[in-house]
Amino acid sequence: MVDLYGVTLSNPLLLGTAQYPSPEILADAIRLSGVEVVTVALRREAGGSNAGQGFWDLVKQLNVRVLPNTAGCYSVKEAVTTAHMAREIFASKWIKLEVIGNPDTLQPDVFKLVEAARILCDDGFEVFPYTTEDLVVADKLLQVGCEVLMPWGAPIGSGRGLNNPYGLRSLRAHFPDTPIVIDAGIGLPSHSAHAMELGCDAVLLNTAVARAGDPVAMACAFSEAVKAGRTAFLAQPIGMTDMAQASTPIIGKAFLT
Amino acid sequence: MRIILNGKPQQVSESRLDAVLLECGYDQPAIATAVNQAIVHAEDRAQTSLQEGDQLEVLAPIGGG
Repeated sequence: MVDLYGVTLSNPLLLGTAQYPSPEILADAIRLSGVEVVTVALRREAGGSNAGQGFWDLVKQLNVRVLPNTAGCYSVKEAVTTAHMAREIFASKWIKLEVIGNPDTLQPDVFKLVEAARILCDDGFEVFPYTTEDLVVADKLLQVGCEVLMPWGAPIGSGRGLNNPYGLRSLRAHFPDTPIVIDAGIGLPSHSAHAMELGCDAVLLNTAVARAGDPVAMACAFSEAVKAGRTAFLAQPIGMTDMAQASTPIIGKAFLT
Repeated sequence: MRIILNGKPQQVSESRLDAVLLECGYDQPAIATAVNQAIVHAEDRAQTSLQEGDQLEVLAPIGGG
């Protein structure tokens, strides 16, 4: 169970809705994996196409909560305006706030991110800030009103897994009461289990499922992995040691040499 | 008059935003609009007049990550 701005989710997997082979496969992936939150975006629409309305009608039929994003925004003003436009269409206070700072890594510009988050929190939004694992930035985001942290695992779409487990563990330790959602860079279910084993509360991903050979099966695999990782975290994993420690008792071993 | 619709020149005969949208084929509810980089809410479109050269952005839902 994870609580995000007062909404309790039983499934800690959040899925993106882009890049699927077909709308039917997208719908099956969401339904069969039991995902409760999906991310959506806004883009320019050609007159007469009705493509956006068709997509939105499909998502509404799935009975899931939507988390609109500001993907592709590079300025505070662009992100804030996009958030307001998203709120108008999706009628949700939730916004996944992305303010990108580098086109190659799609790394967030954390300075602009904090400023945009401040404006949007003041405007009544419930902000999910796409950030790095930087502790100081995280603290600033909480100070301006964010109640969730959403650090990257690795660059968006890279499938690299967790580039900095130490940083994420540190983030968890410094902010024990703030929900942490790992967003971006996840490639395999084991990556998402790793994030949950570190104590993160949820994982958000898109490409690893949508571009898999079988997106529906992969979505289900991720859904199982995040739950296993959460169970493992709650079960208190053992610490690592440098040297071997025999698990079978030495006492009682027969003298047979 | 000529406006810039989603980054491209567009000749329109109407001037009220809600009428311009219909003229350009936007008859679905799931759109959001901005004029000259400022959002215009759905309830304000009938009171918003476009001027020559105005930049109109019409956004709609799409899959996102």
